[in-house]
Amino acid sequence: MKLMSKISKAGALAASISAAAPVWAQTALIKAPDAAAQAGMVNKGDTTWMLVSSALVLLMAIPALGLFYGGLVRSKNMLSVLMQTFMIVSLVAILWVVFGYSLAFTPGSAYVGGLSKAFLAGVGVSTFAATFSNNVYIPEYAFVIFQMTFACITPALIVGAFAERIKFWPLMLFCGLWVTIVYFPIAHMVWYWSGPDFLADNPTDMGLIWGWGALDFAGGTVVHINAGIAGLVGCLVIGKRVGFGKENMAPHSLTMTMIGASMLWVGWFGFNAGSNLEANGLAALAFMNTFVATAAAALSWTLVEQLRHGRPSLLGAVSGAVAGLVAVTPAAGYAGPMGAIVLGLIVSPVCYTFVSYVKGKFGYDDSLDVFGVHCVGGILGAIGTGILADPSLGGQGWMDYTVFPAVAGTFDMGAQVITQIKAVLVTLVWSGGVSLVLFWGIDKIFGLRPSSDDERQGLDQTSHGENAYNS
Amino acid sequence: MKLIIAAIKPFKLEEVREALTAIGVRGMMVTEIKGFGLQSGHTEIYRGAEYEVNFVPKVRIEVVVADGLADQVVTTITKTARTGKIGDGKIFVLDVAAAVRVRTGETNDDAL
Repeated sequence: MKLMSKISKAGALAASISAAAPVWAQTALIKAPDAAAQAGMVNKGDTTWMLVSSALVLLMAIPALGLFYGGLVRSKNMLSVLMQTFMIVSLVAILWVVFGYSLAFTPGSAYVGGLSKAFLAGVGVSTFAATFSNNVYIPEYAFVIFQMTFACITPALIVGAFAERIKFWPLMLFCGLWVTIVYFPIAHMVWYWSGPDFLADNPTDMGLIWGWGALDFAGGTVVHINAGIAGLVGCLVIGKRVGFGKENMAPHSLTMTMIGASMLWVGWFGFNAGSNLEANGLAALAFMNTFVATAAAALSWTLVEQLRHGRPSLLGAVSGAVAGLVAVTPAAGYAGPMGAIVLGLIVSPVCYTFVSYVKGKFGYDDSLDVFGVHCVGGILGAIGTGILADPSLGGQGWMDYTVFPAVAGTFDMGAQVITQIKAVLVTLVWSGGVSLVLFWGIDKIFGLRPSSDDERQGLDQTSHGENAYNS
Repeated sequence: MKLIIAAIKPFKLEEVREALTAIGVRGMMVTEIKGFGLQSGHTEIYRGAEYEVNFVPKVRIEVVVADGLADQVVTTITKTARTGKIGDGKIFVLDVAAAVRVRTGETNDDAL
């Protein structure tokens, strides 16, 4: 009881700090500041942190994800994985600045934004983006870039589900359509709002799921559940690898996989702590949660394997770490560190069950466990956020931004968990449904799979005319 | 001339090479192979995907010697490569029709 009351006090204190005016402010908070006023509310530390975080998240996509996935496929397909991740990032970066940012982060409907900032119109060195604190802003370019890295990595996650058996250009077409129809709207629904200095005057200027009060700090729904369910649908439409279940498809380099997983962990500090949009104690909390949840999950998976197989594997340890990272993503700025540890301990046995038993039982070839780790881990994290954000469990609670200045809201765990579940369901249905149509349609028109001869020879040679290794 | 092909456990290669050079063998070819005899493989598990790996890494040594040296080579390899456990390997002896030293053009026993 004593410990709990200490933890809840700490939670309430942290919540009040993030709503307080900047320490150096001599004047009262300004409601609905114009760009000129916002220019005086920008801090070089916050800007630096956002630019560094963006670089860290790009590193997560290239090369970390490429190495993590690539090490798990056979050597004849290594290059294809590297190429797919690299080129998806390149494609989506362009789509983002041309129309993606606008669709995600401008007012429009509750479901998607408009095209007012297409081609980054109106975005310049003197325009700013809101943070989660009243009267604190970051350069808009920094926000565009940070969000761009998220848009780039999310479709790249999907490719693991049908690794070793997808044609390159149909995949690129799928990714371009998927980010447009699925990612940009869901990012809008979960993350778009007019900002803490404007919402009180426009209390409906926000995305659908944001308006419900769903808490998703860094993208449990927007990134992981989104990509995870698309991956599952993809691997079901495309079918299993030739020789699946009969031939040896062991990873060709768990060394690469471990390097990739380690870089993912480090980069994820940018992903989660950068999602705070400011460099302060809350960013440090998100950093902390990203550290300990991951460590707990790696330990947890290792223990599960020791009990199940009598030997702990490196692949299990890094898979546990990634599952922990996925689960803590929505919770990073809401849970307390002890709650994050519990989340990490729980996610590993759950994901382990999906990748080892459920996958085998239903017989689908989710080659790199995109569904089992990202979707399942994301769902657990998203719902877990509704529990762990509770200040009585050391969480941060939620901020009521419909008043100016923002105040801490009253936390109702039951209601919050239901809201989280609604957010999860919308994501699953929208992403799963649209992905099904896209995969099926592209397959009918262009064909998604290479011929089985090409698949046998290896995508490196047949899709790209190269070998990953020439000795 | 005889061609002696031996499959042995990889860690025995250095010992066998030393013993053969000691009895007068002046050349050999070595390849890394996979194989099985009575020794069974093992199971690997990757995130729930189990693979029966039936092949075990071995080293293949090929030596061509004059007829008179062949029996001694076979005995030497047998003695040096033996551990007494399953998987020690096998040795085969074949006849060789001709041999040539590329540098000088010497043939048959002069080439060995």
